Amino acid sequence: MTGTALKRIAPQLLALAALVGLVSLFYPGFLSVSVNDGRLVGPAIDVLKRSAPVAILAVGMTLVIATRGIDLSVGATMAICGAVAAYAVSAGTGLPVALALAIGAGLLAGLWNGVLVALVGVQPFVATLILMTAGRGIAQLITEGRILTFTDPAFAFVGSGTLWGLPFPAWLWLALAVLTALVMRRTALGMLVESIGINRRASALAGVNAVVLLIAVYMAMGFCAALAGLVVTADIRGADANNAGLWLELDAILAVVIGGNSLLGGRFSIAASVIGALIIQTITIGIRLAGFPSEYNLVIKAVLVVVILVLQSPRIAAEWRYWRDEARRKREAEGKGTP
Amino acid sequence: MMFKTLMLTTAAFAVSAGMALADGKVIGFSQIGSESGWRAAETTLTKKQAEERGYQLQFSDAQQKQENQIAAMRSFIAQGVDAILIAPVVATGWDAVLQEAKEAEIPVVLLDRMVDSDPSLYLTAVGSNLVHEGEVAGQWLAATVGDKDCRIVELQGTTGSSPAIDRKTGFEKGIAGHDNLKIVQSQTGDFTRSLGKEVMESFLQAENGGKDICALYAHNDDMAVGAIQAIKEAGLKPGQDILVVSIDAVPDIFKAMADGEANATVELTPNMAGPAFDALEAFWANGTEPPKFIQTESKLYTQADDPAGQYEARKDLGY
Repeated sequence: MTGTALKRIAPQLLALAALVGLVSLFYPGFLSVSVNDGRLVGPAIDVLKRSAPVAILAVGMTLVIATRGIDLSVGATMAICGAVAAYAVSAGTGLPVALALAIGAGLLAGLWNGVLVALVGVQPFVATLILMTAGRGIAQLITEGRILTFTDPAFAFVGSGTLWGLPFPAWLWLALAVLTALVMRRTALGMLVESIGINRRASALAGVNAVVLLIAVYMAMGFCAALAGLVVTADIRGADANNAGLWLELDAILAVVIGGNSLLGGRFSIAASVIGALIIQTITIGIRLAGFPSEYNLVIKAVLVVVILVLQSPRIAAEWRYWRDEARRKREAEGKGTP
Repeated sequence: MMFKTLMLTTAAFAVSAGMALADGKVIGFSQIGSESGWRAAETTLTKKQAEERGYQLQFSDAQQKQENQIAAMRSFIAQGVDAILIAPVVATGWDAVLQEAKEAEIPVVLLDRMVDSDPSLYLTAVGSNLVHEGEVAGQWLAATVGDKDCRIVELQGTTGSSPAIDRKTGFEKGIAGHDNLKIVQSQTGDFTRSLGKEVMESFLQAENGGKDICALYAHNDDMAVGAIQAIKEAGLKPGQDILVVSIDAVPDIFKAMADGEANATVELTPNMAGPAFDALEAFWANGTEPPKFIQTESKLYTQADDPAGQYEARKDLGY
């Protein structure tokens, strides 16, 4: 079990290791970690912390994509949930109520998407595009177009607090990923999700309640978006409806793809997706530390992503296997020739 | 129904015309929309300025569409207003409607953005000089640091945007000739708080935990506010260990300055209407032609300029 799981995420781990090596060439102290006031400090710790929004989204996005769906609205949902939480906290509701309201808003957004996809039958791309467009407007209505700031230290902890030496957001995404993977793999749930992605009709005929399961998956995505929205809002102690989560849906999808999951649904690995998120953040922070001019950032990021994806592609893998076997055959033939 | 609407509109026009006669000039103002806090503040201040001077302001929100602005201008011309203020959403395509305004002898003043039409078609344009803003920030830093060596980190605006390019150029001009001042890190923070914080974290890592950084220059206040949080979380004191200077003068930076966490900001004033009305008054009084471009003041605010009071004065402008 662990052997096959490790084999599944091996390409992503290798890519991450290679990337860390590459960044270390340009910035030798990349892996150095020091202790400052009882918390770990270093670029690698920043990567763990800054990966949080995309990693959290990637957990939900992996499930959605496994059902052969996609959710483009998560960035906008993040903005809504952040705005709801900041509004509630500054209105003096207290943190638990604010968090509950924000998560409720995320679940509601997920329910909306899920109903459109599973019951109405709108294609996921189009269904979630609606909320992607409208969502940011809703968030702006809540914040009245300005950055809604708050001072509640307990809420700020969600974004920038430290727990047992590590940043709280890092614990949050680690816990979410581990829990989700356990629930999916220790029960039949993961397999049922995959079966919808491979053939919804067949799985429905086989007795899977595809409608309920699909809605549940989109609601889980909404929950993840709410958590990510809380992290980014708490981080800057303010809800920025214009920019919170902007384009993060694309980074989340990219993380899932780097994680080797097919956009056509079916088999999925949550571990690989969150490593994908780590890879993206390592690239981003690596470019900054290396000190390239801003104009190069996006180009370098794109080139690295292309290289990683090409190296992971099944065709390249098959080609490589072919040449390896060929070389082995040649060696064996030569070995026979000279006894 | 149709008739009723017509009647109401006519009545409204009659009322506004009546008021105009009583109160003096009628000004038409075509605003782009309300896409940013700054824009909202500009609208608020324009209305306030008009009220103070006893003008009747006809306000039209174009919601980011040029056709709405052109329609608004035509209706202002049809009403025969005394002057038109316009913040053009794009630079091109204004020749025809500006010509119509000129033929109707209505002076047009452009606010904060330019058009590519012939300057004879409008009275004047009021705007800020982005390069100059950066220069003011740079000069302040050079004067504050004195002869000490100073390693500066820079948070740029959106890569390739004209404020980012101009504010960078201006700052470099401002510190030119001071060899002890050096920009050692420069990255984009996309004008946002969250990226300002995130990129500042990397700067702090790259510069020995921030101990080597003497000053931060951010292309807007929002990024500076984010970066201030990163500096605090790294265990340093923003405003003391690392000097913070930025541009825009939004309310939140005054809060930070009142707390001693930011040092200076250069104002991009949302009061473009003030200079515009001054120019119009001179023009109406004796036909004085103002220069074709009126540059607004890029005023520097430091901790000595009552930041708490500035915050109070600005927080309700709609930023």
